[in-house]
Amino acid sequence: MALIEAINPLLTAGWAKGDAGWGIKEYEARGGYQALKRILAEKMTQDQVIAEVKTSVLRGRGGAGFPTGLKWSFMPKGAPVKYVVCNTDEGEPGTFKDRDILRYDPHAVIEGMIIAGYAVGAALGYNYIHGEIFELYERFEQALAEARAAGYLGKNILGAGLDFDLFAHQGWGAYICGEESALLESIEGKKGQPRFKPPFPAQVGLFGKPTTINNTETFAAIPFVFRIGGSAYLDLGKPNNGGTKLFSVSGHVNKPGNYEVPMGTPFAKLLEMAGGMRGGRKLKAVIPGGSSAPVLSADIIMDCTLDYDSIAKAGSMLGSGAVIVMDETVCMVQALERLSWFYYEESCGQCTPCREGTGWLHKIIHRIEHGQGRPEDLDLLLELGGNIAGRTICALGDAAVLPVQGMLRHFRAEFEYHIEHKKCLVPREVQKAGSTFHTRMMAGAAC
Amino acid sequence: MLSQESLKRIDGEVAKYPAGQQQSAVMAALRIAQEEKGWLAGETIEFVAGYLGMPAIAAYEVASFYNMYDLQPVGKYKLTVCTNLPCALSGGVHAADYLKQKLGIEFNETTPDGKFTLKEGECMGACGDAPVMLVNNVRMKSFMTPDEIEKLLAECK
Repeated sequence: MALIEAINPLLTAGWAKGDAGWGIKEYEARGGYQALKRILAEKMTQDQVIAEVKTSVLRGRGGAGFPTGLKWSFMPKGAPVKYVVCNTDEGEPGTFKDRDILRYDPHAVIEGMIIAGYAVGAALGYNYIHGEIFELYERFEQALAEARAAGYLGKNILGAGLDFDLFAHQGWGAYICGEESALLESIEGKKGQPRFKPPFPAQVGLFGKPTTINNTETFAAIPFVFRIGGSAYLDLGKPNNGGTKLFSVSGHVNKPGNYEVPMGTPFAKLLEMAGGMRGGRKLKAVIPGGSSAPVLSADIIMDCTLDYDSIAKAGSMLGSGAVIVMDETVCMVQALERLSWFYYEESCGQCTPCREGTGWLHKIIHRIEHGQGRPEDLDLLLELGGNIAGRTICALGDAAVLPVQGMLRHFRAEFEYHIEHKKCLVPREVQKAGSTFHTRMMAGAAC
Repeated sequence: MLSQESLKRIDGEVAKYPAGQQQSAVMAALRIAQEEKGWLAGETIEFVAGYLGMPAIAAYEVASFYNMYDLQPVGKYKLTVCTNLPCALSGGVHAADYLKQKLGIEFNETTPDGKFTLKEGECMGACGDAPVMLVNNVRMKSFMTPDEIEKLLAECK
């Protein structure tokens, strides 16, 4: 991202030099690998490391917000072979933070993974990097070679008797592999179809062994937790929501990009940092946590703060921190049609309710958008959603349903107008003026 | 079937995984094979499976599951444009339409001279850089306004 503004930058502190700052010398110059050195020099025990992460209340940055220290503590003590896995299968529409972490600060992820390996007793790790950022997969491999040459990876790290090695695994185009058990299947060289849980990865993970999986941003935050201390890290955010977080802002703002702010920052502040609304137009709606998060209307989101609890209270999810901003020119039916197509495309096909249901959702929304909606369609969408959500192995089914429910909760009138009048509530000329989204419509394909 | 160079690279991938887990390298091996051959014919997939000691059907499942493998021939330059919502809000659909008009083809079509194939992509995790497209899977191009698209097309000899 060209434009980075941050308050108390931690994660983005190394981004200032852009593509020139990712190497190991640059990383060490800004304090990199100090956390690892201190842990080893002070001979912190595994329990002490996990306790420090618990104190920080660092919560999983991939979307679920599960407390990281607690997750690490689930790893069985006695097992001889364990793994640490990083999830860089970033493909939730709206999310693009992990890309910039790997672009500007890959060694922060490596250091975080080594510390995790030490804490949970794993000697081998993998970073699963989605195929679309293949150039950054190659950069990560270069960073691994640097770390190995410097003695941070391999046998007897820093002479402290710690063994840990780390490799990159490439994805090749499958959103579902962001689901942790699908990701493990993918590393094993199979289709990325999620596994039944339980057992959870901490019991039966990669190659059948106990495995800890965290998001890229979570690992990148670990060195800072130890550099400033768990309680100082917590204090940066708000209770139960420790630290700073990256928010990926996309859509109708003047400066789309990643912004690092403390947990609990008002949404209005983030919008201001992202340069405000493009063209000075009016905010209509925000999807606050990636495409799977229910949309919130402008008046609701403007009262929210950016933390797991505030967004949940407003009826949505902080998710991965992907904030999709839409102005008054957007037809919500068309927006939802595109999202529902995505879930249909990306359903892995394993569970019938999701495989069939996502297709049905798209078909119904498509016909509403194209002037062929029926009065009973909105109730049908909700009923159909009820038969998908909670009835599948993984959360993709739920993820496909939540946007539909959110849209109908806050913008039902637009859908009803579409069905009744066979055209958009937002007049054509307004749509055209606002964005380049509607060229299909101008070509006469949609209403 | 595959060059020594490709096989060497595949061996490097196999070495990343514990002994007996060479199937883990199938995703990288298929990518390397696709890079050499341009696309993945059935016999190429079977060769990769044999090389890694896994059933051909298991390799085919992988090749057909992940959408960046090409199971049909594609043009010299495969352009994949993201049209998902965040990109669309910032010109993703417009970029795709511009390419369609310029190249005279629709999505999933190849120009008669075999030079360009156009694909509609799903989220590439780069929404802040919209419009975003991939060239031959491995090169990401950001902020693809019509001017930038023209520059890119001129680079594709």
